[in-house]
Amino acid sequence: KILCLIRQVPDAEAKVKAALGRVDLDGATMALDGMDEYGVEQALRINEGGANTVAVALGNSRFEDAIRRALAMGLERAVHIETDVLLDVVSQAQILKAVVLEETPDLVFVGGQHADTDSQALGAALAEALGWNQITWTTELSLTDGIAKATHDTDDGKESLELALPAVITTQQGLNEPRYPTLPNIMKAKKKEIRKTTPEQYGVSSSKVRIVSQEIQERPRLNKLLDGKDPIAAATELIKLLHEEAKVI
Amino acid sequence: MILVVCEFDTKLKKSALEILGAAQRLSKSVTAVLLGTGAGNVATEAAQYTSQVLVCEDALLEGAKNMAQAISDLSEQAEATMVLMAGSRGGREIAPRVAVRLNAPYLEDATSLSSIEGGLQIQHYAYLARVTETLEAIAPVVVCSVKPNTQVVAEPSGSTGEIYEVELELAASGIKILGRTVEKTSRVALTEASVVVTGGRGLGSPENFALIESLADVLGAGVGATRAAVDAGWRPYGEQVGQTGKTVQPNAYIAVGVSGAVQHLSGMGKSKNIVAINKDAEAPIFKVADYGIIGDLHAIMPALIEAAKKLRD
Ligand SMILES: Cc1cc2nc3c(=O)[nH]c(=O)nc-3n(C[C@H](O)[C@H](O)[C@H](O)COP(=O)(O)OP(=O)(O)OC[C@H]3O[C@@H](n4cnc5c(N)ncnc54)[C@H](O)[C@@H]3O)c2cc1C
Ligand SMILES: Nc1ncnc2c1ncn2[C@@H]1O[C@H](COP(=O)(O)O)[C@@H](O)[C@H]1O
Repeated sequence: KILCLIRQVPDAEAKVKAALGRVDLDGATMALDGMDEYGVEQALRINEGGANTVAVALGNSRFEDAIRRALAMGLERAVHIETDVLLDVVSQAQILKAVVLEETPDLVFVGGQHADTDSQALGAALAEALGWNQITWTTELSLTDGIAKATHDTDDGKESLELALPAVITTQQGLNEPRYPTLPNIMKAKKKEIRKTTPEQYGVSSSKVRIVSQEIQERPRLNKLLDGKDPIAAATELIKLLHEEAKVI
Repeated sequence: MILVVCEFDTKLKKSALEILGAAQRLSKSVTAVLLGTGAGNVATEAAQYTSQVLVCEDALLEGAKNMAQAISDLSEQAEATMVLMAGSRGGREIAPRVAVRLNAPYLEDATSLSSIEGGLQIQHYAYLARVTETLEAIAPVVVCSVKPNTQVVAEPSGSTGEIYEVELELAASGIKILGRTVEKTSRVALTEASVVVTGGRGLGSPENFALIESLADVLGAGVGATRAAVDAGWRPYGEQVGQTGKTVQPNAYIAVGVSGAVQHLSGMGKSKNIVAINKDAEAPIFKVADYGIIGDLHAIMPALIEAAKKLRD
């Protein structure tokens, strides 16, 4: 049995706005986090046809779009822990641990880095809450008789390793090519079960971390663009600017 | 007291000197922690910066789970109010585990840190580095990882700290390492380079990356690549810059044949100067560029390499 944690995040192309010290996502196109898609795809490759695969999402009501997308890719059903509170990662892990203990999977996939919080922490926090091992930044994974064999990226290269399940696997580009949902599967997904629950049912109601402000700080850029029709003149001018004006070479 | 978990090889890594520096600025009471094989060799170096150094070379100090247990045990014994770790991949795997064990708030990948009454306030990036967030946590103990290359390194304190060997009770991790490969480059490390030259799909072939490498060699720069170039098999993954690759913040980032997708910008958008070479005047990379040339890289790059050589000589 496999659980896939998923998130709904602003689409990469979406223009993120901030007003009064808060990110404003009204009107932004939202999507299933690309990093989570690798986990969904891998689950579907391990359990062909999607049997015993569950999407788990912890977030606001808009997360339902991401859940439907994961179900349309092929996961069997979903659990949605619905809340408008942005919880810190330790509190999230506490809730998700309870869900894992209810569902008793052998494997939990988590996106390697989330496109909203830019956080890499959830997989590790959940693994610790469960007392499990974890493989981060996984690029290759195979399973035989309850043993996972994997290759993953480290700070200075690659490592291959082996461990016994259960385990948390955090994903990385290269693990697979996530599929696009087909139209019949999108229709089928509409009928799949989404079990709804709340953080309060797991004894969590507030965050340990407070967001003081969110701002968009764009560095003003000079935008000195040269026409390359005369390559030698343009190149000479650029080198001169970098040396004399920017003083970086 | 702040517990600072230091990364090292034969010396303290730059990440360690940076978080020691951050800790010195936050508190007078700093303890360095050195865990794993070879820890003893860097203890006297660490003692230059802190009043106390805790060393453990237990062979079971492998894997995030055991490292986290060691750090949280030491934090509890020493009654630390803060645990600081490097925001490397390894650090960002261990730190959340420490926070879970201590039931503490976790602040991740801080670019700046400041003390507040009873806790810590940080800034960090969110939404693919498009947003700067200020976060705070008030608690008996706070765990924080610090983004590499954001902190001024520590100054020797002028006195030598006490070094203590500590014993830990650890169990086997259950992880069997089958093999490791370390990506070596003859050039300066991408994340530490003050100039980075990056090639994208616009290069058209792996052979054309010679243009990127030549310019990098003349400038003493690091070489980067976009995901498009890595996915095509033109360049190793270790060179990828962006959301799923490395984050760099050099004085000059020179992007050649790179369109400037959001996921790429999230890894280099904080560079002090951005330079773009692209034949498409509408390419998004130009919107964030300080300098640029609109033109065909096959004509521009050889001229640029020549001009850079002239400057160097
Ligand atoms: C979950 C996720 C994570 C991702 N993570 C990353 C990441 O970490 N890093 C990353 O880079 N991308 C990442 N991407 C991919 C990203 O969206 C882009 O697809 C990628 O950055 C494009 O690379 P590129 O700029 O090399 O190629 P393209 O977008 O194809 O751009 C090529 C550019 O070269 C120019 N060009 C072509 N020929 C010439 C010439 N002769 N002279 C001059 N200019 C020329 C073109 O005008 C064009 O602008 C990610 C995507 C997803 C979904
Ligand atoms: N050989 C190429 N040269 C330049 N741009 C390309 C090339 N191949 C694809 N693209 C563009 O790169 C973007 C992402 O492509 P892809 O990731 O292949 O879907 C699209 O805008 C494509 O038009």
